[in-house]
Amino acid sequence: MAKTIKKPLSVDRRSLLKATGVGVLAVAGSGLLSRTAQATPETAAKKLSELTGGAAVKQGKVNVKLPEIAENGRTVPMTVSVDSPMSSGNYVKTIHVVAEGNPNPDVVSFNLSPGTGKAEVATRIRLGKTQNVVARAVMSDGSVYEGKRQVKVTIGGCGG
Amino acid sequence: MKLKTLTSMVVALSAGALLAACQVDKAPDSVSGYTFATKDTQAMQDDNFSNPAMLWVGIGEEEWIKKDGSAGKSCASCHGGAKPGSDEEGMYAIDPVLDTSGGATKISMKGVATKYPIFDKASKKPMVLEERINLCRTKNMKAKAWKWESDQMMGTTMLVKMQSRGMPIMSTADQASSPLNGAWKAGMKFFNERRGQMDMACKNCHDDYPGTRIRANMLTQAQVNGFPTFRLKWQKPGTIHRRYAGCNKMVRAKHFKRGSNEYKNLEVYMTWRSRGLKVETPAVRN
Amino acid sequence: MAKKPRVKVPSKASKGQVFQIKTLITHKMETGTRKNKKGKLIPRMIINKFSCKYNGKEVFSANLHPAVAANPYFAFYTKASESGTIDFAWTDDAGKTVTASKKITVS
Repeated sequence: MAKTIKKPLSVDRRSLLKATGVGVLAVAGSGLLSRTAQATPETAAKKLSELTGGAAVKQGKVNVKLPEIAENGRTVPMTVSVDSPMSSGNYVKTIHVVAEGNPNPDVVSFNLSPGTGKAEVATRIRLGKTQNVVARAVMSDGSVYEGKRQVKVTIGGCGG
Repeated sequence: MKLKTLTSMVVALSAGALLAACQVDKAPDSVSGYTFATKDTQAMQDDNFSNPAMLWVGIGEEEWIKKDGSAGKSCASCHGGAKPGSDEEGMYAIDPVLDTSGGATKISMKGVATKYPIFDKASKKPMVLEERINLCRTKNMKAKAWKWESDQMMGTTMLVKMQSRGMPIMSTADQASSPLNGAWKAGMKFFNERRGQMDMACKNCHDDYPGTRIRANMLTQAQVNGFPTFRLKWQKPGTIHRRYAGCNKMVRAKHFKRGSNEYKNLEVYMTWRSRGLKVETPAVRN
Repeated sequence: MAKKPRVKVPSKASKGQVFQIKTLITHKMETGTRKNKKGKLIPRMIINKFSCKYNGKEVFSANLHPAVAANPYFAFYTKASESGTIDFAWTDDAGKTVTASKKITVS
């Protein structure tokens, strides 16, 4: 800040305010920028197509179970299941899960096999705000299915 | 925004506070914080294998049988070893089996936690379970005391409290004949006293408005029967004194140290308030 | 990194039976986006890989990101094929691995 004001002694109040005001804005702006380095529905979709090698996506078969309203975004129970047999010739290979509104779209990927027996996995995830959680399943024949679910994440309150 | 909402709440609360002021005994209507949790959080607590606090109970089990200090003793030397449960159940911490071969004095931990805080004759003050464990460590085991919020302390406290799971909390601290009566009175005063920038007493939320929301959070009756409890917010377990400090900070009041007289007295009062509720430790809460 | 993990596997199963496995491990799952009190970023430190092997063959694994909650929990299924061992491994960003192992009898 001191650098921008060349003659500190002769600076009048208005220009000082102006200078500091700009400084404050710049600082706030940089803070905002780092915060907006965030996933969006677009970046999440891009991430998913990277993970699934750009294969054509069909809707359905994938069920993402999440609470409608998460009690706390830091620990949200999630169950992902795929309507598919798990036989040696026909099974779910991978399930990729991404979040559309977290700082980073990646959440978790599950690698399954015929030995898994049932295409259902439960875990707990972090969600920064209300958003969609999208899961894509890659089947053994290469087809890709997608399912999604919106979760409302409440923030704040008085829970010391 | 937050300040504004809270301030308007305080104004609304003041009227209710007057009405409820003379009513102290809430025990007949008391319900566990479990009731106010969402079904997902309840499910997390119900299954020992999905309850993350059990990881800390596991630490407690390891500490229970670990010899520590110059006396060469472990908790199990006097109280018997913790019995490993079946893998399917995921329960290690059933009532410890008394291992008499090591000269154990056969003091089972079952039901012990329902009687805490007790009165300590030496200091003429209440003694909470954490202090009792540290007394055992320093006096009987000649070992170093644990920190209040350490993994070992919380794990061991939860292990001991778990032995009383499902048993009702007992307290007669309200009776004049009880040596804890002084502490109970001080604790009640603390509970009902407005404090901090928000000028709110514990009762303003937890006696007057349980079951309603304060912004996004559900207000509970502030019952102590699940502590130390795993909190989703903390992402780990914490003691009731940590919770007190959190609440005090939220109303912008001075908070006290874990193990301070203020919080011990409050624990005496709030345990009495929770009397009859079943021990749920280790619980899972938001 | 982590303390003793908890793993739930039935000790017995009949051949072909699909059973559930639950695992839980202590870990902060530090995201790498949080700052400490001095305003400095706390470096990322998470468990990034979990795997479950049945008699040496991987039946299930997961690639974890910072959006997995602290103390990672997984519940998944496995088909009972033969008696043997089920091995679990969690690996963190520092390359450290914690393992657990359970025996199963299949009849």
